[in-house]
Amino acid sequence: MGSRLLPDAPSAPVMVRFENVGMHYGMGAEVLRDVSFTIEAGSFHFVTGPSGAGKSTLLRLMDLACRPSRGLITLFGRDVATLSRQELPRLRRRIGVVFQDFRLVDHLTALENVALPLRIAGAKPDQIRDHVAELLSWVGLADHLNAKPATLSGGQKQRVAIARAVISRPKLLLADEPTGNVDDTIAIRLLYLFEELHRIGTTVVIATHNEQLVGRFSHPRIRLESGESLVHVATPAATAG
Amino acid sequence: MTVRLKILPLDADESSRFLPWTIAFMTYLAALTLAGAMGLAVAMGRFDPEQTGNLTVEVPPVLAVEKNVPDQPSAGGDEAAQDTARVAAALQLLRATPGVIAAEALERSEVADLLEPWLGKAAQSADLPLPTIIDVTVEKGAEIDTGGLAAKLAATAPGTSLDDHGLWFARLTTFVNSVQVVAGLVVGLTCLAAVLTVVYVTLSGLAVHHDIIELLHLMGAEDRFIARQFQDHAMRLGLAGAVPGLLLAALTVELLGIAAGRVDSLLLPNIRLGVAQWAVLALVPLAAGAIAMLTARATVMRRLGRMI
Repeated sequence: MGSRLLPDAPSAPVMVRFENVGMHYGMGAEVLRDVSFTIEAGSFHFVTGPSGAGKSTLLRLMDLACRPSRGLITLFGRDVATLSRQELPRLRRRIGVVFQDFRLVDHLTALENVALPLRIAGAKPDQIRDHVAELLSWVGLADHLNAKPATLSGGQKQRVAIARAVISRPKLLLADEPTGNVDDTIAIRLLYLFEELHRIGTTVVIATHNEQLVGRFSHPRIRLESGESLVHVATPAATAG
Repeated sequence: MTVRLKILPLDADESSRFLPWTIAFMTYLAALTLAGAMGLAVAMGRFDPEQTGNLTVEVPPVLAVEKNVPDQPSAGGDEAAQDTARVAAALQLLRATPGVIAAEALERSEVADLLEPWLGKAAQSADLPLPTIIDVTVEKGAEIDTGGLAAKLAATAPGTSLDDHGLWFARLTTFVNSVQVVAGLVVGLTCLAAVLTVVYVTLSGLAVHHDIIELLHLMGAEDRFIARQFQDHAMRLGLAGAVPGLLLAALTVELLGIAAGRVDSLLLPNIRLGVAQWAVLALVPLAAGAIAMLTARATVMRRLGRMI
């Protein structure tokens, strides 16, 4: 049983729409069942729920890594079921993803990892370096431009992953457990980083099981319980300072 | 020129390490086969009567004619003078024939030299009755009735024969064409083996680097962006193998040429390659690189087309 999130919200353009979405892998049981919600452009949402509730699958559906077994998903007003393979790259370039396990390319430097989306988009190499170096400075890694992922700490890797996700200024930023590998202090700092991105107009969706951390922020939540239901949680009072 | 970033660490793949060796061996075989086929074509070009425009007339000595024709009355007298007269008559007839540029009788010593590979020093014996060979040069494009001319020659100097090399050349052409078809098959099979090897290496690379490829897709990479990584890699390895493979083949061809040059040219015709043939061989590494590149690209595009 699903429910609409913020049904009375002002008529901001809908960026993501899930309608009765079900998802199972292969012949396995459904990981998500009857999930319905909408996310408006420019909003900031947390996706919460215990481990195994289907948060990562929900984000994989949103970043077009897989297609739903049933139901309707629209992204940027497009029904993903009707998208051809040729249309996928252009849509994916509007989405930035921070993966739970970072997924940094081991043999590339931090700078080269962050530059990947720009290279994919066809940016000229001479335009890439300055832009990437500036962003890595912004996330506090100015001294690690040429460091390989193996030499970076968990928090540093996470920031490289975030920089990579936002380098091409995506309209929608998805982050799967971005604070899962760092201590609380760094986790808070990372979430403030996402807030800053949100302030400049990026739609942010963060999946996390850390309810305590989420409670420090005033953004709405989409709660999954074993993938079976989506619970609309009212915006909590902001406690973050 | 911008060096493309190697996003996929394909150089570290185990399967990639042997590709240059495989391509080198295949290039070596293909280049040798091509060189052989082209060398035969060159040699055949030298033999082509259409191109050389030569006829050969053989005037046997009177003694031989008498033995072969029992009813022929013995000429008696000075046989040498008769032989000279027969040759002179044949030369006169040939030189008077329209389309014939020149007709020259080979010296006895030259004929003996021709026979020496088979008869040894005995060919130089003055007692050995040798036919007189007349080398006839025909104007290019001239249509000579060889049948009629042969009949006239036989009437002028009985026992004289005319050889336009047609039958011999037709058989040689058939043989050379067969060899060239086989050579084409060998080159084709070599290319096919190279293609299959590149397909295997590429599929292996796709499997090994599946995670990075999926990541690139999720970042919005098009299939051709990923394919470029593989095709650059395959072309680099292809050239790295093909160039030394060709150099080795060229060395082999040269050594064989030198060895062939030491053998009597009458037994083994000179089949050294010309500039045009070497130019064709120089294209082999480029072709190998192109085949590797296109195969890798096609393999990646086909396989990625099945992914979401």
